Amino acid sequence: MRSGKWVWAGIALIAIALLLLPFALSQAGTAWVRIANIALLYVLLALGLNIVVGFAGLLDLGYIAFYAVGAYAYALLASPQFGLHLPFWAILPIGAAVAALFGVLLGAPTLKLRGDYLAIVTLGFGEIVRIFLNNLSQPVNITRGPQGIAGIDPVRVAGVDFSRSDSVFGVMLSGPMKYYYLLLGLMLFIILVNVRLQDSRIGRAWEAIREDEVAARAMGIDTTGMKLLAFAMGASFGGVAGGMFAAIQGFISPESFVLVESVMVVSMVVLGGMGNIAGVILGAVLLSFVPEILRWTVEPAQQALFGKMLIEPEVIRMLIFGLALVLVMLFRPAGLLPSAVRKRELTLDRAP
Amino acid sequence: MDIFVQQLVNGLTLGAVYAIVALGYTMVYGIIQLINFAHGEVVMIGAMVAFTVINLLAAAGMPPFVVVLIGAGCAIPVCMLVGYAMERLAYRPLRAAPRLAPLITAIGVSIILQHLAMLVWSRNVMAFPQIIPLTTYTFAGATVTGVQLTIIGMCVAMMAGLAALVYRTRLGTAMRATAQNPQVARLMGVDVNRVIAATFIIGAALGAVAGVMVGTYYGVAQYTMGSVLGLKAFAAAVLGGIGNIPGAMLGGLLLGVVEALGAGYIGDLTDLCRYGLGPEASCADGGHFVVFGSNYQDVFAFVVLILVLVFRPSGLLGERVGDRA
Repeated sequence: MRSGKWVWAGIALIAIALLLLPFALSQAGTAWVRIANIALLYVLLALGLNIVVGFAGLLDLGYIAFYAVGAYAYALLASPQFGLHLPFWAILPIGAAVAALFGVLLGAPTLKLRGDYLAIVTLGFGEIVRIFLNNLSQPVNITRGPQGIAGIDPVRVAGVDFSRSDSVFGVMLSGPMKYYYLLLGLMLFIILVNVRLQDSRIGRAWEAIREDEVAARAMGIDTTGMKLLAFAMGASFGGVAGGMFAAIQGFISPESFVLVESVMVVSMVVLGGMGNIAGVILGAVLLSFVPEILRWTVEPAQQALFGKMLIEPEVIRMLIFGLALVLVMLFRPAGLLPSAVRKRELTLDRAP
Repeated sequence: MDIFVQQLVNGLTLGAVYAIVALGYTMVYGIIQLINFAHGEVVMIGAMVAFTVINLLAAAGMPPFVVVLIGAGCAIPVCMLVGYAMERLAYRPLRAAPRLAPLITAIGVSIILQHLAMLVWSRNVMAFPQIIPLTTYTFAGATVTGVQLTIIGMCVAMMAGLAALVYRTRLGTAMRATAQNPQVARLMGVDVNRVIAATFIIGAALGAVAGVMVGTYYGVAQYTMGSVLGLKAFAAAVLGGIGNIPGAMLGGLLLGVVEALGAGYIGDLTDLCRYGLGPEASCADGGHFVVFGSNYQDVFAFVVLILVLVFRPSGLLGERVGDRA
């Protein structure tokens, strides 16, 4: 371990950079602050999924369903749809709790299944949630179906409206910048929870289950309970992220919660390094900026070379995700920034 | 009653296709315990290749059956190649890796194939040319089309062919030996790598034919058609008992029938007015208050999948007990 002084200096540097980032980005245009906000949302999602996939080793391919549940919980409780306008601080815990409930609902019957079956069942669950969101406009209009819910309240805390510009201590803060700091705070909180969990009794129980479930049970770990807890915790973080998504966008529809989004979050966790918090954050940031980078490089390059768009950036983005999943698994199975334990696990020649 | 028979026929047609796709999943699973997530995309590629060829030949004035046969004839080798490449590049290097690793590459392969198909064939829906004359037969109050009969017939023939291959040939014996115990099979002189590659190739060929059939049945093909079809077929394979070939056939047919009957009846069954529970305003003058309409059709496969996994993880015909996690 290097001396603590340097570590703290590094952390302080990163903190200052993160605090100043929105000011630098807003020079390039508010759009970039919004992009940073989306990236932060993906970091929240990836950290939540990391609890399920990275810590407990349960591959969840329907994670976006919890994001959807959180987003719809927020939208229904703070929009003209039912005329409810609950405050932000009340809804976010409700969203987290409802998402956690869904996590338990999904987990309880399926957690005794083997890993790969669980993956497919979670995938099916994600699809079921989306089909319901799409169709719950009849006979009673709850979700407005494919039209989605619009006019969702922005976050308002103590009279501060996050959708408007305000000056704080003489510094002008735009709406997206305020959301940036809110998301940053949430991210820090979730990172803290992740770090504390990792080395706690619970975290080590998850690790034991991931390594060898039979041995873990023999050691007296309540494997089903622990796995349920992982599911519920991961889901509740997804729910919080979903609530923030609804508040920031002001509009949600089932189209935002398709299977591809689940795959994207899984890609982020896998690419960065399952189980390693820094790696997961890196993966989420990298992959959420990919579409923007492509928009600024591939489009002009194609225009210059061929005079027209031959390959849409969207397709390239998906091809990159797919390739990233395959290549990472083939050549660097522990991800870009592997966690120490994972590395040991994956390089050891384990007999099946 | 008419609706019942009609939906039964529709369900059997769809179920026959599910069964053929499910065979691809179950054969691969039986031999290397891998859920080949990308199998649905192979089916999609089969449909797309065949549609391209059929559209090219549509104006040539050949008999429709021959045109479709040529289309399938072109689709099968392409899919076999895709299946082989997939196994060789993405799965074989990971055979000794933890179980989740090949599953994650399988997801990657599926995304890659889907978007490559989008590049080749664009986002648009490809339509089947109007070359097959609509022939209908009436049977016990239900209308059966010639296409439906052909699909069911072809599926039965393919299942019989596969059964003969697996239980009557040297390759089939080698496949069963590898499924039981790869190490011992290797000691007995079985080239395990070749057998596994052959399994992928056979599954892909079946998938290609299934793609042609489902495309012909619905009259359209699109680059996204593979994923839901693949999931449903996987559900069918699990329903029958994954790894079990007769199970996949049974599971596919059952799932098709459940889906068709479910879609046909769920609206009526969940109409609250029937039970006197619906609100007055909606139920007046024979109105309806349907909680779940037939647009929930796609949910059935997943519900069946979850129920089977919870209550009988080994499936209807599978004898293997659920392994450890």
